[in-house]
Amino acid sequence: MSAKAPKGVRLEHVSKIYQDPKTKKNFYAVSDCCLDIRPGSFITLLGPSGCGKTTTLRMVAGFESPDEGEIYLGDEPINALTPNKRDTAMVFQSYALFPHYNVFDNVAYGLKLRKVPKPEIARRVKDILELVELTGMEQRMTNQLSGGQQQRVALARALVVEPGVLLFDEPLSNLDAKLRVQMRTEIRRIQQKLGITAIYVTHDQSEAMSISDKIILMRKGIIEQMGSPHEIYYHPVNEFVADFIGECNFLPCMVKGSENGVVTASVIGSDVQVESDYPVKAGDMCKIVLRPEAIRIAEKGQIPCKVILSCFMGSYQNYHVMVGDTLVKIADNCPVNKRIFEVGENAFISFEKECAHLLKASK
Amino acid sequence: MSVHQGKSLDRKKLMGDPVLVTTIVVLIAFLTVFIVYPLAILLVDAFYSSDTGVTLDFFRNSFASFAFRRAIGNTLKIGAVVGLLSTFIGLLFAYVEVYVKVRTRFMAGLFKVVSMLPVVSPPFVLSLSMIMLFGKAGIVTRHLLGIYDNSVYGYWGIVIVQTMTFFPVCYMMFRGLLKNIDPSMEEASRDMGASRMKVFTSVTFPLLLPGIGNAFLVTFIESIADFANPMIIGGSYDTLATTIYLQITGAYDKNGACAMAVVLLMITMAMFVVQKYYLESKTAATLTGKASRVRMLIEDRSVAVPLTILCSMIALFVIIMYACVPFGALFKTWGRDFTLTTKWFEQVFNRYKGFKAFWDSFRLSLIASPITALLSMIISYLVVKRKFKAKGYIELVSMLAMAVPGTVLGIGYIRGFAGGMFRTGFLQSIYGTGIILVIVFIVRSLPTGTRSGISALRQIDKSIEESAYDMGAGSLKVFTSVTLPLIKDSFLSGLVTAFVRSITAISAIILLVTPSYLLITVQINEFAEKGSYGLACAFATILIVITYGAVLLMNLFIKFFGTSRSQRHADKEEKKMIREARRAQGQEKEALS
Repeated sequence: MSAKAPKGVRLEHVSKIYQDPKTKKNFYAVSDCCLDIRPGSFITLLGPSGCGKTTTLRMVAGFESPDEGEIYLGDEPINALTPNKRDTAMVFQSYALFPHYNVFDNVAYGLKLRKVPKPEIARRVKDILELVELTGMEQRMTNQLSGGQQQRVALARALVVEPGVLLFDEPLSNLDAKLRVQMRTEIRRIQQKLGITAIYVTHDQSEAMSISDKIILMRKGIIEQMGSPHEIYYHPVNEFVADFIGECNFLPCMVKGSENGVVTASVIGSDVQVESDYPVKAGDMCKIVLRPEAIRIAEKGQIPCKVILSCFMGSYQNYHVMVGDTLVKIADNCPVNKRIFEVGENAFISFEKECAHLLKASK
Repeated sequence: MSVHQGKSLDRKKLMGDPVLVTTIVVLIAFLTVFIVYPLAILLVDAFYSSDTGVTLDFFRNSFASFAFRRAIGNTLKIGAVVGLLSTFIGLLFAYVEVYVKVRTRFMAGLFKVVSMLPVVSPPFVLSLSMIMLFGKAGIVTRHLLGIYDNSVYGYWGIVIVQTMTFFPVCYMMFRGLLKNIDPSMEEASRDMGASRMKVFTSVTFPLLLPGIGNAFLVTFIESIADFANPMIIGGSYDTLATTIYLQITGAYDKNGACAMAVVLLMITMAMFVVQKYYLESKTAATLTGKASRVRMLIEDRSVAVPLTILCSMIALFVIIMYACVPFGALFKTWGRDFTLTTKWFEQVFNRYKGFKAFWDSFRLSLIASPITALLSMIISYLVVKRKFKAKGYIELVSMLAMAVPGTVLGIGYIRGFAGGMFRTGFLQSIYGTGIILVIVFIVRSLPTGTRSGISALRQIDKSIEESAYDMGAGSLKVFTSVTLPLIKDSFLSGLVTAFVRSITAISAIILLVTPSYLLITVQINEFAEKGSYGLACAFATILIVITYGAVLLMNLFIKFFGTSRSQRHADKEEKKMIREARRAQGQEKEALS
């Protein structure tokens, strides 16, 4: 299957203003959003509900008009184009399949509108249904399909028109947990195979991590951080980002000294050296981000602690321990052959110093 | 912070869609010319005449007349009483259907007939049967009870007839509301120790309260706007609608009639605003979502038996009233000579141009109904699915028409079009023709169609149309390939409702019809007023047969061409599930006792 050349998407200082229905005050749903999405890449807009991610996606699709800024698809400005004139195809949260059409007619809808000759429609629909593994289901009505199958039809319907950019609006949120994991691998596989540009909206951080080339984390209409899943996970720019992506310990620390961007700080009674992206000086109070899985618990060690919660989670043992006055969360992986500490026991913790990441203390 | 760019982009996108823009412009023109303009002219005429200039004289004169003040009092009194009675009986019926176990075939049939009859019958046939059953020569009063001077004309006649006519509407409203109450709430109350009575007074009733207010006001508006019933059975008991009619046809006082019409309009408008913008939102707020599980029906005999008997009696009474009409057409002389005869039907066709009357009514309604159905679907589509500046106006005007009594609209049309628009002669050519009758039919049925279209469209996930739009379909294509097929059932029923409403309409029509058109309803009214009940009944019987036929046809049509097979299959499954749940519930009860 030969898709057209994928297109890049560029948002330049795009804002959208909504009115609060209660207070009647205007507020920025999306504020000064600048994005440059390379052709063929998979980017995810991630954030809590109301962060502006869906609004951004809908502006790209054309359902909402930006109040400031300009959106480009490839090199073409598309602000004034209606959704049906844009080279985008969207997969909706509710699938939005046409209930009065069967699978074939659903998938063929966009092709018929483009006046593609009948034999070619038949061929392309067949190919795409093969790709999403729905061969043989052409004559089924959509309500005779399972949720996962409906999702595949929706995906096929969007893919078959070979759009310059594919848009996903939380496409997996109506599926059960297991199917969700399976489908996201599937989506990624297909996107890679076709080399198509994709913008994906979700509030599920693990989905975002597993699927994207680049994650854009938003809050209250503002982009908080942009980067690869790895960057976002290990180098969050602030507490919000760190906390949104996975479990986190925020440990207060005091800076002892700084040299060539390497900072020495004392945290829960132990000195660590971390790289810092911004200048700090001795005496500053900061925070160290430490992922729970980077901390180990043992019978012997340097930093004493007391266990206050011990909980078996299957793949790991979840502990909450007190180090002095500080609560530390620990995820001890693969606990099957390890000593399990019970609530009330004393123990010691250690952590990999490379995993520590310095944040400015928020006020 | 400025939303200017977004707004102008939205406007640009809209303008890039010529079909949509044309539709909106035509729609606005239609609503303005045929709803807003005639009402505006009424207001002008009520305050202004070329002789006196701007004046309050017409109002002063009207209010100075004792007859007019009495008519206002009468109208409000009847509206309130009919509203209360209809609401109560409607609630009773709905409660029995949804809550009480009365699963006999006979009862189910009775309920169905009661909900069906007012839909298919002309609005005023009950007045006929009331006179024939309880009037001076009534079967019940004269022949069963031997009362020779019973007068049904006046206050009680109107109240009984209107209540019987309007309570089924309340019944349907309450049925929808009650089905949406989650049984878990009542079970929670029962579980905490409340008696059935307490459950009703502390949970069910408060939840229904806004709905009750809503039903009351809807009936109130219907009652005070009703023209034909007070005309036939009112006798000397005048209401506003009949007074206005007499003012313009009898006294030929146009400005006075306008002033009175404005008074009537203001009353219904106020009621409508309260109902629409206050109560309806409240109803929606308290009763959202669907019942999560099947309700345990009340089997307790002390509750079920009296409620069932009461409902059956009322239902039977209504059915007897309606049954009276065909018999009235078959008896030689009602009240004296009960030999069967076809002479009335013969006279209808031979002497009184029956064929022409039916053909005229049928033809005009048949032209009006598809236009109405399509217009109301387009309006609902625009209101629910699109955003543009004039949307508020379109929605407001098409809903407002619901609160305009037919008599008021009729006067507005006389004043607005008899001399052309603004007395310039523009559109004057439609006055007195079939076109203006068709337009009146459309305007009168538009609000009901729009309302059902809006609720049907709200059920449809917005993203289904968005996805069609996104795939490259323009608005016309989206509407024809996605929206219309999805609301096909609503469209079809809108078609039939519009047809039935048109062919049974009278209040506005009677003011506008010219001798070149014979309409059935007008004939019925004429013969009923003259006291030729046999002829009136014969006309009415044939009319009921036509409307019932149309409804049957629609049901057949929906069954075979409506919602897709699989959808129906799903519905069947759901019904089966409910049946099984009910059966299991019964078995549980047996096991317990």
